[in-house]
Amino acid sequence: MSDPMRIRAQSSAGQTTVRVLMSHEMETGLRKDAAGKTVPAWHIQDVVASLNGKQVFSAEWGTAVSKNPYLQFIIKGGKAGDKVSVTWKDTKGEQRTDEVTVN
Amino acid sequence: MKSNVIAWGPYRCFKILVVCALLCTLGLVAQAQSTADAIAQYRAMLQDGNPADLFVDKGELLWSEARGPNKVSLQTCDLGLGPGVLDGAWVQLPRYFQDTQRVQDLESRLLTCMQVLQGFDAAKIAQTPFGVGEQINVSALAAFVSSKSAGQAFQLPQSHPQERRFYELGKRLFFTRAGPYDFSCSTCHSQDDKRIRLQDLPNITGKEGATAGFGAWPAYRVSNGQMWSMQQRLNDCLRQQRFPYPLFASDFTIALGVYMGVQAKGGSAIAPALKR
Amino acid sequence: MTQRRDALKWGAVLPTSVALSGWLTQEAHAFEKNAFEAKTWTDALKALGVSAPMDSKELVLNCPDIAENGAVVPIAASCATPGVKKILFFVEKNPSPLVAIFNVSEDILANFSTRTKMSQTSDVMALALMQDGRALMSRKEIKVTLGGCGG
Repeated sequence: MSDPMRIRAQSSAGQTTVRVLMSHEMETGLRKDAAGKTVPAWHIQDVVASLNGKQVFSAEWGTAVSKNPYLQFIIKGGKAGDKVSVTWKDTKGEQRTDEVTVN
Repeated sequence: MKSNVIAWGPYRCFKILVVCALLCTLGLVAQAQSTADAIAQYRAMLQDGNPADLFVDKGELLWSEARGPNKVSLQTCDLGLGPGVLDGAWVQLPRYFQDTQRVQDLESRLLTCMQVLQGFDAAKIAQTPFGVGEQINVSALAAFVSSKSAGQAFQLPQSHPQERRFYELGKRLFFTRAGPYDFSCSTCHSQDDKRIRLQDLPNITGKEGATAGFGAWPAYRVSNGQMWSMQQRLNDCLRQQRFPYPLFASDFTIALGVYMGVQAKGGSAIAPALKR
Repeated sequence: MTQRRDALKWGAVLPTSVALSGWLTQEAHAFEKNAFEAKTWTDALKALGVSAPMDSKELVLNCPDIAENGAVVPIAASCATPGVKKILFFVEKNPSPLVAIFNVSEDILANFSTRTKMSQTSDVMALALMQDGRALMSRKEIKVTLGGCGG
């Protein structure tokens, strides 16, 4: 069970800026734990986002994206009251979707 | 015959040396200044979207969730301003509490509420290492509570004799040298403009440094991606001083918190902050 | 507050049909495994079928000169020129240089920010893959410093 993302979507001057903080370890697979064992790679691999149900954004991430990733992108259009939904999928097959209302 | 060779007399050499030294110093100063500026730019770029927000969100959920053996939320927890009052509570901690007859800091008070209201075993949580089990939840709750005083001025009460006693105790502890290296808190934190490598060391004996040092925790540390409460920060300071492992929310740590918080009086709280 | 409660309602459940349908209707592309695992950025480019990147002022790379900690380095890129298909980020000296691939749909700007891990001082590159086949590039060195004790 993953922790919720924090999504902020602000509309101004005809575009909507979306800022997302995701809760994820983003293990590179290069780190060793206290016992000396290599911690296996585990990271968000795909991110998609939609505006009012229509997909507008997609990205692929490798292991280098920082832990508890931050993402910002800008949607053309969008207005207060619209719904922005963000979904991530990781290398273990886990995924999470959170949605927010544009303000 | 006229000589074309420049006479390298001692005076000429000296002049050149002085000019070189001046240029080098200026160069170094310029470099140092631009390094400080560059780091400031780096920190500014991270301000929007502090991962501490993820822990604030988690803490907010924990605050209102019915948990523990008693299946009760923390919504009636008294952090000093009355049951459930969050706004402004953190900038008045540590303080004396009538019900426990103790001076308590945030983490200590959270443990009290988790035990009394929710039925958790506070002693057991205190013995749990950081980053494990309920300690993770305590850190998240601390982040959440501190966020409710963001930007407010520190005003720890000093009206109760125990509060004043803890201030004096904390001050004495701050300056007491101990451990194999004879370090005290003051070894690193009682002078202006000191640093370790690139980390500025706040002068906690003064208001500005105390606000920057005390007022920044709980904080998200980018170097390990962890949310650290003040208790954890103090624990790590003491580890770096090669002191014995302090008991979680012990009088020792709370007294230090009182000293630092009172020195920060009037300063604006910036927690939950972003740290290296 | 209500936004977050709404978000939590959605979050605990499997992906909504909305997100799912979005995923299925997008251009099918497998995760660019070879590119992400390439050990040099030129190999990553080869794996992506990108050739001859050219320095361009049309692509603006925004990142700090010094990173206090290599674990979290903010990087952002934007390109106002129309026709951007993808924006890519690389950290040249990372064990696997390709950091991220951002697809530019017609509904969003070619403007992205994220944070990357850097293993050491290195050049950071942003690439904009254009519809006309050009690959625009902007690169900058970021010094990664070792911090002090606490802070």
